[in-house]
Amino acid sequence: MDIKAIIIDEIGLQRTITRLSHEILERNKGSQNIVLVGMRTRGEFLAHRIQDKIREIDKSEIPLGVLDVTLYRDDFRTRLKQPEVSVTDISFDLTEKDIVLIDDVLYTGRTVRAALDALMDLGRPNTIQFCVLVDRGHREMPIVADFVGKNIPTSINEEVKVRLKEIDSEDAVYLIDITNINTEN
Amino acid sequence: MPLSSPHLLGLQGVPREDIQLILDTSTTFREVLERPIKKVPTLQGKTIVNLFYENSTRTRLSFELAQKRLSADTINFSTASSSTKKGETFKDTVRNIEAMKVDMIIVRHESAGVPAYLTKISKANIINAGDGRHEHPTQALLDMYSIREKLGKIEGLKVCIVGDITHSRVALSNIYGLISMGAQVSVCGPSTMIPKDIEKLGVKVYNSIDKAISEHDVLNVLRIQIERKANSTFPTLREYHNYFGITVERLEKHNKEILILHPGPINRGVELSSEVADGPYQIILNQVTNGVAIRMAVLYLLGTRP
Amino acid sequence: MKILLKGLNLLDPEQKLDKKADLLINDGIIEKIGNIKSSEVEENNIFDFNDMVCVPGLFDMHVHLREPGREDEETVVTGCNGAAAGGFTGIACMPNTNPAADSAEVIKLIKEKASNHLVDVYPVGAVSVDRKGEALAPIAELYEAGAVAFSDDGVAVKTAALLRNALEYAGMYNAPIIEHCEDESLADGAMNESLVSTQLGLPSIPTVAEDITVSRDILMAEYLNKAVHIAHISSKRSIELVREAKARGVKVTAEVTPHHFTLTDDNLKTYDTNYKMNPPLRGKADLEAVIEGLKDGTIDCIASDHAPHSIEEKEMEFIYAPNGILGLESQLGLTLSELVNKNHLTLSDLVYKLSINPRRILNINVPSIKEGEKANLTIFDPHNIWTVNVSAFKSKSKNSPFDKRLLTGKPVAVINKGKMFYENELKSI
Repeated sequence: MDIKAIIIDEIGLQRTITRLSHEILERNKGSQNIVLVGMRTRGEFLAHRIQDKIREIDKSEIPLGVLDVTLYRDDFRTRLKQPEVSVTDISFDLTEKDIVLIDDVLYTGRTVRAALDALMDLGRPNTIQFCVLVDRGHREMPIVADFVGKNIPTSINEEVKVRLKEIDSEDAVYLIDITNINTEN
Repeated sequence: MPLSSPHLLGLQGVPREDIQLILDTSTTFREVLERPIKKVPTLQGKTIVNLFYENSTRTRLSFELAQKRLSADTINFSTASSSTKKGETFKDTVRNIEAMKVDMIIVRHESAGVPAYLTKISKANIINAGDGRHEHPTQALLDMYSIREKLGKIEGLKVCIVGDITHSRVALSNIYGLISMGAQVSVCGPSTMIPKDIEKLGVKVYNSIDKAISEHDVLNVLRIQIERKANSTFPTLREYHNYFGITVERLEKHNKEILILHPGPINRGVELSSEVADGPYQIILNQVTNGVAIRMAVLYLLGTRP
Repeated sequence: MKILLKGLNLLDPEQKLDKKADLLINDGIIEKIGNIKSSEVEENNIFDFNDMVCVPGLFDMHVHLREPGREDEETVVTGCNGAAAGGFTGIACMPNTNPAADSAEVIKLIKEKASNHLVDVYPVGAVSVDRKGEALAPIAELYEAGAVAFSDDGVAVKTAALLRNALEYAGMYNAPIIEHCEDESLADGAMNESLVSTQLGLPSIPTVAEDITVSRDILMAEYLNKAVHIAHISSKRSIELVREAKARGVKVTAEVTPHHFTLTDDNLKTYDTNYKMNPPLRGKADLEAVIEGLKDGTIDCIASDHAPHSIEEKEMEFIYAPNGILGLESQLGLTLSELVNKNHLTLSDLVYKLSINPRRILNINVPSIKEGEKANLTIFDPHNIWTVNVSAFKSKSKNSPFDKRLLTGKPVAVINKGKMFYENELKSI
């Protein structure tokens, strides 16, 4: 990996999670109607961390679900690989809830668009709010995040790599150079 | 890793990884079937033809539902309709359908080898929904999925297929699939209904249903084709039921956990008694639900294959 | 006119002839055998065959010409063209035409259509009216019109009683009954019964279906002391039965097709209908028994069971497709490649199997390579390596599994009735 910069380190990540959790509670005036939906894979882990933090600061238990958007993607025909599907696990009713959709990186916005379609098929929520750890710009859809951990302008030759201890060996967010690598998004 | 072939003609020779992928992918679609809106846009724009030269309501319905739930466009062609009655050859029918630009063809036919033949005259993905006595891969896949759903695994299980093995494509596909996935497979039925060479496929032969029940974890009970009675491979349905039928008394004699599967439609009182068909051992309706999920998985994996 | 054939290896085992020599033919008669000077003959009529083998004209005793009834698949003339291209100067044709060859008119029609051709055609008449297995066909009339044998080919003679009557009646004329041995009640299948049929999910015909009828026919021929000929034998057990019967002195003879000494039921795995015929391709043990049977004389001759079918008939779902494949133009090449070049048969054996024995079974005069005799010759190159090209076959149909197959041994020319077919040209000589 050709690392250009560390955008967020371990301590920074903890602080960001804390801030985002407060912002979510502030915006929604408390936790009564909120549900968290994490997007696979790392969005799910961030959602759990936010759920834990809210439990700590607000003493409330917020329902959490996991969303797999593979079936809603718009890029089947152009992909060189066939994406692996995994399971959506949302065991509560979404109707009239305020959903906080959580993901690690916001880039073109297409994944969020697919997620909105998926959530609409699961029920009729009151609101859908979007919380993202890093917004790296280059939107191709009219999507805006409601809660942002960090805004990092990037070029197309760069990529934002999020590492979380639940699945990787560390907690960190890197900016890497991909000029020499063939990427398939 | 996508499936190794653009077609699903059978389970013979299909790598274990492919079967595993289909079963795992089916879990995703099984969840979709629990939603209020049982639809995903994944195969939007794909055109799928159900080419059924043999009568079948349930398999065709199951495929059709799977297609619609993936947002694909479906066309149904059955021989009751026009052109075959007008004498059109199979090859011409397929050519005409191809000319309408279809992406996938699901085919059922009484002659073995038709799906393989289709791969030579068509550019579409071909899925075998049953060819003669040869294979019925989606049935075996949904059987295996249902077993795994209930018992948590397939490897190491002892599965016995009961009934008219010689005339059964469900039996053959199950034999290939289950052995690939590490199960021990046997067949049970009157000798007249078991092919002479079946042991060479790696299965044991039982002529006693009691012995089969006592030695297996799962029974997949095939329907006796009453239409075939003229074949005289067994004297009467009554005799078949008395000596090979699954009844509650038979099952309870052995006092064990056993799973009963049946591909449907059931001949109540012949291969299964009504109590068994409605009782706690069987998972027949689960099979039907899973069938749609399995077919969605197969359509998805072939339809989005790069 | 005089023609000179130079450099031939003449082989006629009945004449104990096996030497390299030239042949001088004058107006269709062999004038001289030996070292002949080219000056005697006009240059256009000198053919240098440079070491190729020349034998008495080959004879295929089991051919399906589709005339009358299916002239779209083959006619008498196109079938004969195929025979000539395959190296045959004579054929016997089967009665399952439409209408069947159960009347003198059909026999005469066939003979008339072939009358001008280089190839001699000997019709086989039906045993029963319309081959239905009920009433005896007018055998005497058919014999008088030119039938040399009788058969219900496509099926076995339906009952033992009918077989008895046919053997006795045709026996008056010394004409054999040619039997397609297969028990009707076991015959509902599309391939041989074996592990392969189980794996392919196809309904199948067990070898015992053939054995049962072979047994019946041998016992009946023995009881009546009449001649029965087993067509296209394919089962190991049947061959054993014929061997034992011959040892007892029963008048039974047998033929085998080239595909039964070349292919097995493994070839059906692609569901290609060009491997679908009746009797079906059998297993390895049966193929080996066929070769043994040819070597020890149990099987008297080789005959192709040439069965042309139109494209739309063969390009069908497997269980619906009709049985049968072409045979005339690949037969000699397969015999040379699979039997002679693999040292199972000698070239002399080949002459018996493909020229002398089939005629003897049908009581037809056997041609000889001898001065003063009518020239009835087949010339072939036993070493020529060539690729079969079915689209170039003379037959009207193209249903052969041997397309693109590499063979060693090729027919080169045939001469009969004052005509020669060589290098794709027919000339009068």
